[in-house]
Amino acid sequence: MNPLLSTHGLVARYGDFQALYGVDIKVGAGEAVALIGANGAGKSTFLRSIMGLLPVTPEMVRIDGKPVGGTPTDRMVQHGVAIVPEGRRLFKGMTVEDNLRVAIDRAEHLGRKGGWTLERLYGLFPILREKAKTQAQSLSGGQQQMVSIGRALLCQPRILLCDEISLGLAPRVIREIYAALPGVREQGTAVVVVEQDVGLAQDASDRLYCLLEGRVTLSGRSDGVSREQIADAYFGAHHAVA
Amino acid sequence: MQWLDAGVQGILLGGMYAQYALGMALMFGVMRIVNVSHGDLVILLSLIGISLAGSFGLGPFAVMAALVPMALGLGWLLQRLMLNRVVGDDPLPSLIATFGLSLALQNLMLQIWSANSRSLPGGGIESRSVEVGGIYIGLLPVIVLLAAVGMTLAVDLMLKRSRFGRALRAASADVEAAAMTGINPRSVYAMATAIAVGVLGFAAVFQSLRSTVAPSDGSAQLIYAFEAVIIGGMGSVWGAFIGSMVLGLTQAIGFRIDPGLGVLAGHLVFLVVLATRPQGLFGKA
Repeated sequence: MNPLLSTHGLVARYGDFQALYGVDIKVGAGEAVALIGANGAGKSTFLRSIMGLLPVTPEMVRIDGKPVGGTPTDRMVQHGVAIVPEGRRLFKGMTVEDNLRVAIDRAEHLGRKGGWTLERLYGLFPILREKAKTQAQSLSGGQQQMVSIGRALLCQPRILLCDEISLGLAPRVIREIYAALPGVREQGTAVVVVEQDVGLAQDASDRLYCLLEGRVTLSGRSDGVSREQIADAYFGAHHAVA
Repeated sequence: MQWLDAGVQGILLGGMYAQYALGMALMFGVMRIVNVSHGDLVILLSLIGISLAGSFGLGPFAVMAALVPMALGLGWLLQRLMLNRVVGDDPLPSLIATFGLSLALQNLMLQIWSANSRSLPGGGIESRSVEVGGIYIGLLPVIVLLAAVGMTLAVDLMLKRSRFGRALRAASADVEAAAMTGINPRSVYAMATAIAVGVLGFAAVFQSLRSTVAPSDGSAQLIYAFEAVIIGGMGSVWGAFIGSMVLGLTQAIGFRIDPGLGVLAGHLVFLVVLATRPQGLFGKA
């Protein structure tokens, strides 16, 4: 059986700079996969390549085994892939509810059905109901992150890509946001979390991949890899020990 | 009495400017696309309308019925074939591209219609007026003003309430994030520019009924539309309407002080607003 999402020798470059050197990753339906690695390891680049924001060849990215690499971003959403982008990227000048409605509008227009409604989302993040009529940019960082996750969920994805959703948030807020992920998986949605915080990533995932300088250096069950294995993969096997 | 009359005429003149400004408010104010050929498109549509009326003996409202769909199509093509290739964070490419289009359109129009001024025969509608308390109010300018209010209302509601309006505001705020939400920014933009130029289809008929048009007249319309949007504030459709009123009123009052002062007075008020409140009357800082 084909995995929901898979990459095959994924290569990505920014001009002359090559960021990914043949990355192979698989995500099954309903699975939670973490992608860890240091700054500049290529984690965000990997997600952007999947979303059609960087040029890749069709065979490099597959959904249900069908080649979809390089498909325009809006069409990837129709394939059932949604992303919570780095930096949240809410629509400025629009209320929280309007930010969410943009996603609902498109899903309705395209006839995409799924379990996510405004009500269910407000159940997941109750604060958003109170802030529905507030301008999105006046929310706190954590609340904005909730809107960004909500907007992606309302696209009714089969797989949710989360790009560093803990970045810049207080530990208490990070826990609150990660506590929502099991609720997402209950809907049958697969989750890919990109994280710098290894502990957080291990707890939130079934399996993990570690990236180093654009290559996968470790993969396995999140509860089956040791700290030493991760440290080697994260910094390189021969990293200097001070 | 003289000043009251100037005020009334100024508001009616503002109604005409509001029609130019509405499309500009959508393209420049919301989408941040600088369309230098805005005025030339009004003139092009006016001249097409005048030729249609001449060739087929159409009345002004029949011309409007033919011109508006044509304008919608023209706007759609403009975005699809040209502007979608140059939109981005940098406004300069769209400015240069439409500046080129503006020059090309002016020369094309000179080639087809010559430099002569023309106008659309209105069957008497253009000269009818009613007297209210000693002030003569033209029927046509009142229709123009009402049409401007109606179209501004429609565009404002569309932006705020409709699916399309939300998608357009989202794409204007962050193109990439909009695409991540499933929106195809290019088709949303094509629709928005179609609407912006479609409004000019109405404006073209009214403009050529009210006065004469010649191929080189577009730059004045462009400047008034820009000024109205900036006075009113970027992103606000009613702001552009109020900006048009401010422009119409100052021109009419300036004209009463000295006939040479009218247009200049409008530009001066624009400069004063730009210097004291650069975000515009209704703009958010």
